[in-house]
Amino acid sequence: MEFKLPDYNLWLMLPELFLFVWALLVFTFDLVTKRKKESAVGYSALLGLLLTGLILALVWTGVLVPGKANGYGSGFGNMFYNDAMALFFKIIFLGAAFMAIGSSFGITRQKIVNHRGEFYGLILLSTVGMMFLSSSNELLSLYIGLELTTIPLFVLAAFFKDNKLSVEAGMKYFVIGAFSSALLLYGLSFLYGLSGTTEIVQMKINLGLVHATIRDIGVILIMGVVMMVAGIGFKLALPPFHQWAPDVYEGSPTPIAAFLSVGSKAAGLVAFAKIFVNGLIVFYDPLQAPNDWGTLVGVIAVLAMVIGNVVAIRQSNIKRMLAYSSIAQAGYIMIGMVSLNEHGLASVGYYIFAYMFANMGAFAAVAIFEDKTGSCQIESYRGLAKSSPFLSVTLAVFLLSLAGIPPLAGFLAKYKVFAAAISMATADADYSWLYWLVGVGLLTAVFSLFYYANVIKQMFFSTEDSPYKIKFALPSLVVLLMGLVGVFWFGIFPEPVLDLASDISAAFGFLPR
Amino acid sequence: MMLPYLALAAILFSIGLFGVLTRRNTIGILMSLELMFNAVNINFVTFNKFIWTDGLVGQMFAIFIVVVAAAEAVVGLAIVLLLYRNWQGIDTDHVSVMKW
Repeated sequence: MEFKLPDYNLWLMLPELFLFVWALLVFTFDLVTKRKKESAVGYSALLGLLLTGLILALVWTGVLVPGKANGYGSGFGNMFYNDAMALFFKIIFLGAAFMAIGSSFGITRQKIVNHRGEFYGLILLSTVGMMFLSSSNELLSLYIGLELTTIPLFVLAAFFKDNKLSVEAGMKYFVIGAFSSALLLYGLSFLYGLSGTTEIVQMKINLGLVHATIRDIGVILIMGVVMMVAGIGFKLALPPFHQWAPDVYEGSPTPIAAFLSVGSKAAGLVAFAKIFVNGLIVFYDPLQAPNDWGTLVGVIAVLAMVIGNVVAIRQSNIKRMLAYSSIAQAGYIMIGMVSLNEHGLASVGYYIFAYMFANMGAFAAVAIFEDKTGSCQIESYRGLAKSSPFLSVTLAVFLLSLAGIPPLAGFLAKYKVFAAAISMATADADYSWLYWLVGVGLLTAVFSLFYYANVIKQMFFSTEDSPYKIKFALPSLVVLLMGLVGVFWFGIFPEPVLDLASDISAAFGFLPR
Repeated sequence: MMLPYLALAAILFSIGLFGVLTRRNTIGILMSLELMFNAVNINFVTFNKFIWTDGLVGQMFAIFIVVVAAAEAVVGLAIVLLLYRNWQGIDTDHVSVMKW
């Protein structure tokens, strides 16, 4: 019998493999220098991310891939597939990890004395998981990628071992994370049972056939869809599965909270897009209720926008406030996700890109403030504009971008998401429920301005003088500048990102009509 | 013929779900999580054995789930240990400093 080896094409996986090896090197580097090198470990992690970005660019332009013109294509027995979505989200994951590591130099100097290598190495390993997930073409590799993303984050959330808040955050995140993967897996097992394959593209075809031949597959698919929406909803912190997010963000180290809110959320979005928008697209149709996942996710998005924005108003801790704001932002992103036309996924990509700069920047500013003062209360930001104007201005810019004020990138992101939903709703009367999403989105965006502006008011319009004068180290400055440049540049000149993002829609088969 | 197996998996999953939601003891929560993962394994192997008999995708998936669940349990037990060090107890009642 002839045994044929599958086509491995390991060249396509080069960025992931490199970053994985680099993470192990960061672990050992900290050990062989006897944990004495304070910031060299952090700089080496940053260097690893930069080199991975370079390798990603080289693979994508085909320089490092023998016999191919670009980095698109499948490898590893079709478990690994590089497409436009993979490229786009890998850039986001690398950027988020870069900004998270850059803003954690203060914490590693003061609080993490003996485990700096582990701290940075685990962030890198989680990034590897996210990158692997974004290239997965198959339920098994998707699951492995998701777990490689979350398991290091459990450890990182509980990283301050003697701090009760941090341990509590780790415990909560662990239980929720494992619970949600069990739910997701139970749903995936039904998908496998119905379609007989774990390859997502094949699954789409098989489910279409199953759907056309057997009309009555209702119950089993409802179980699967509900379980998977719940599983991914937990990962994305979408209501009613959002209760863990504020606690975990408050308790865990601030850069990790930032990484959770951007990297982990983007990973959940990729998983959602791969399973639902690609695999289960046959069942996106209001006529197929109750199997229709579109309206289910629509209801969840409305809940997210309302609950996130309303509860954020009464928070006094800025990390909790940002947690609720990130719940609301996930709601806005889901509007783009359920608009299945050529604008939908493109708007999701642009939104998460803009959100990365603004949210990582805001968390970086919070981390710098916390390193100096030890406080996360919004009250302690009073009068900060006089004593440390640069930090106040940058934080204000990030918050305004999150609120969606032009000309910052957050405005265009919200506009694109709403425009995608409206174009979907006007094209087909069956999807007119998307108008409701846009309406709720517009209304709650006004609420969101209230709590973002509250922080700005405390910093700029308070008569008191702040006792704190914040100075910051080079990496933190780089992160803040990166966020500022990103928020302004991609808000004013968004075309390159929008072009790249519209390839995501094309890769999923949503072509302009 | 596969209905008893699927029913077993569903019952196990429900027991695990109930356990995660109601147990006070964090070790109990970990055990319930394992029940949920193993219910999924039974599902995968059943579908592989009775419907999609060509290929071993379902069984492979089950093996990977076992491995990942073990890795998850390692981290979970380490966090339980931290819980014990900070509160001298492993009940979830302790873990309620942060609310709303």
